[in-house]
Amino acid sequence: MKMKEPQTEGDLADFLKSQASPVRVVGGGTRGGMTEREVLSTAGLSGVTLYEPGALTLVAQAGTPVAEIDQVLAAENQRLAFEPMLHQGLLGTDGASTIGGVVAANVSGPRRVQAGACRDFLLGVRFVDGSGTLVKNGGRVMKNVTGYDLVKLLAGSWGTLGVLSEVSLKVLPDVETQTTVLINDLDARAAVAAMAAALGSPYEVTGAAYDPATRQVMLRLEGFESSVAYRAGKLGDVVGRFGAVTQDADSAARWRAIRDVAVFHDVPGDVWRISVKPSDAPDIADRIGSGATLFDWGGGLIWACVPEGTDLRRQLGGFDGHATLERGSAETQRELGKFQPQVAPIAAITERIRARFDPRGILNPGLMTSPAEG
Amino acid sequence: MEMPIPNPDVIARKARIVERLSVLLPPGTVIHDEMETRAYECDALTAYKCPPLLVVLPATTQEVADVLRICHQEGVPVVPRGSGTSLAGGALPTADCVVLGVSRMNDVLEADYDNRYIRVQTGRTNLSVTGAVEEEDFFYAPDPSSQLACAIAGNIAMNSGGAHCLKYGVTTNNLLGVTMVLMDGTIVEIGGAHLDAGGLDLLGVVCGSEGQLGVVTEATLRILRKPEGARPVLIGYDSNEVAGACVSDIIKAGVLPVAIEFMDRPCIEACEAFAHAGYPDCEALLIVEVEGSPGEIDAQLAVIKKIAQSHDPVELREAQTADEAARIWLGRKSAFGAMGQINDYMCLDGTIPVNELPYVLRRIGEMSVEFGLGVANVFHAGDGNMHPLILFDANKPGDLETCEAFGAEILKLCVEVGGCLTGEHGVGIEKRDLMLHQYTLEDLEAQMVIKDAFDPAWLLNPAKVFPLSVTQSRRFVPLSAA
Repeated sequence: MKMKEPQTEGDLADFLKSQASPVRVVGGGTRGGMTEREVLSTAGLSGVTLYEPGALTLVAQAGTPVAEIDQVLAAENQRLAFEPMLHQGLLGTDGASTIGGVVAANVSGPRRVQAGACRDFLLGVRFVDGSGTLVKNGGRVMKNVTGYDLVKLLAGSWGTLGVLSEVSLKVLPDVETQTTVLINDLDARAAVAAMAAALGSPYEVTGAAYDPATRQVMLRLEGFESSVAYRAGKLGDVVGRFGAVTQDADSAARWRAIRDVAVFHDVPGDVWRISVKPSDAPDIADRIGSGATLFDWGGGLIWACVPEGTDLRRQLGGFDGHATLERGSAETQRELGKFQPQVAPIAAITERIRARFDPRGILNPGLMTSPAEG
Repeated sequence: MEMPIPNPDVIARKARIVERLSVLLPPGTVIHDEMETRAYECDALTAYKCPPLLVVLPATTQEVADVLRICHQEGVPVVPRGSGTSLAGGALPTADCVVLGVSRMNDVLEADYDNRYIRVQTGRTNLSVTGAVEEEDFFYAPDPSSQLACAIAGNIAMNSGGAHCLKYGVTTNNLLGVTMVLMDGTIVEIGGAHLDAGGLDLLGVVCGSEGQLGVVTEATLRILRKPEGARPVLIGYDSNEVAGACVSDIIKAGVLPVAIEFMDRPCIEACEAFAHAGYPDCEALLIVEVEGSPGEIDAQLAVIKKIAQSHDPVELREAQTADEAARIWLGRKSAFGAMGQINDYMCLDGTIPVNELPYVLRRIGEMSVEFGLGVANVFHAGDGNMHPLILFDANKPGDLETCEAFGAEILKLCVEVGGCLTGEHGVGIEKRDLMLHQYTLEDLEAQMVIKDAFDPAWLLNPAKVFPLSVTQSRRFVPLSAA
């Protein structure tokens, strides 16, 4: 299989300018992909190019491993606040996740509910579109309304509009400590109500998850030690009416497991990622039927593990939100489509945009369109 | 300021267009009397005025759809308008356009505290969104200075910010969903009460698209529980460099203030003369505000004060009471009024990487001498957004042009040091001709492709954002202009 690994933005542009057949854009390859295609690797576009801790700004080439970025930030007591998931465990893949892949898939973890998603920390992008044209948008400053915001558009576009070459990110200070307040023995309805009370409190909860298997609600608090201790006490008061409250100081490991959906590692079945209005979560979970679930974002995110090949969207029917097939066979992905189909006017606009950015249809074609849309 | 030549064919059809709209819409919705349309001839960039062909003030999404459908059929450009507070000329009409104002649509549709969102009609003012939820101790975070008057529709169009954006983000970080009407009258929903896009993030590109992709009539906005309290501290320094270093150290210490405001000497002096807030005599003033419980506030301020002291301040003042806190903010909040007392002024809006502030202020000082116009600087030190306030005399011939030329040089400087042309106000008409200083033609083409997809006829607010020469082939050019 021919693999191209451009070493510079110019290389990347040249490659795409002359490329006639579809490519699979690969960072670390940790999030799957259409393996029968020619690979375009971003490994040659790697390295942090600017880091200003006092300005909370980091600029890195798209092929830079996230682990490297984490290390650079940790040395200055800073971090990527949107805590991107590592997919290897869930998807059974190898490789090192790259920042370009994280941005392209808008990968965000439990803290998204309070701090924002990857796209909310993205300040600027440089990318090469499907015709080989280099485009930049945004920059490296937080306040930027100069023209249209293509930064948001590229985030979560899964390489279908262009191949990212460089991204600029807002980073945040790391925290001195964290703790997790646990509420024990709740059903889904009580759990979502408890999480709503927690997230609606002034105590800055930075993670709100529920595992139906353990019937446990988990609420994370982070910050300076005295602040965390104070807030844990207050939060306990707020949620005490929902059930027995305990605390877990070994918090970090717990949230990494939630971030990476450890409950579904080495467990058979397809995995779906469902974005919902939090108070709808118990109803949606009911509709999932014989399948295990994990609630994150206060109920706004449901991970579901269901028998292979299940058409979960049909099972769920209509709801305020969308369901993405996160883990499933290539055949299932082809049949059902990875992403929720869009309504006609939106699908038409999306198609027009895609056709202009990728006129020859070479950038992960078919990845984001549903079988019905074709 | 160049604007497209109005289409004489459209103007000639005015009576028919009025008729077609009036038949479909309730009485009073269509305003075509020349005296009445004058009220919509400009926004807050008052130097440029042009009465529109007519004004429509719909009360429902369906009425907006009807208006756009008819204008689309008739080939009439449409300029959407919120409260008309734009400082960039975003709502400036042309003589052949219909101004579509959403100010009648200002209801709260739903407030959901469990799911932490509020759904509003977008003609509602920014501050009244918080007003609708403050009894439950919630607030809507993006807080532009014009929040008493500006509309959510405009906030979405310009991706508005405010002083509290370091911690809470700007409009796009707090927008969950919209109901939007496309130029052909199609009504679409993007997003909702759930998080993240199910496909391409079209909501993210609609926000900040300056009324060029559709008319947003309803919005789902994130609401947050108010923190237990907040307290500011005022720090005065004898140099801009030292003030900048202090800010950098505060951030590196891991404290995330909710706001960091910077004012230079000309600004401090003007504010003091106007508001008598008791500001010290110094080169640079910082107001840093933190949030939390009283204990947490104390802890954060202890860190901040220690850092501030280490840089040898001229003054360090912590508010002990709500009154003292209000006094600390008083001068800063009256900055624009203070400048307006002295003279006419132009407020700019570039952004720079925060560590470039001392250099940029030095260069602005040099340019001030070159151009012969005074300038005072307000700066959101946490996020790099600058508001140079250039003083000029509108009655003095040539002064406005000199002021604009000075402003353009400042914005080019912002781009030069790695920043951008506009942090909050948007491009509108004001910075259209500077776009190629920040972006290449290919960069702009990638943006225009988005408008092609949403509004192929280029009828929605067509004269804004992009240089007219760059958009010419896409906009209708009347035959009689050839």
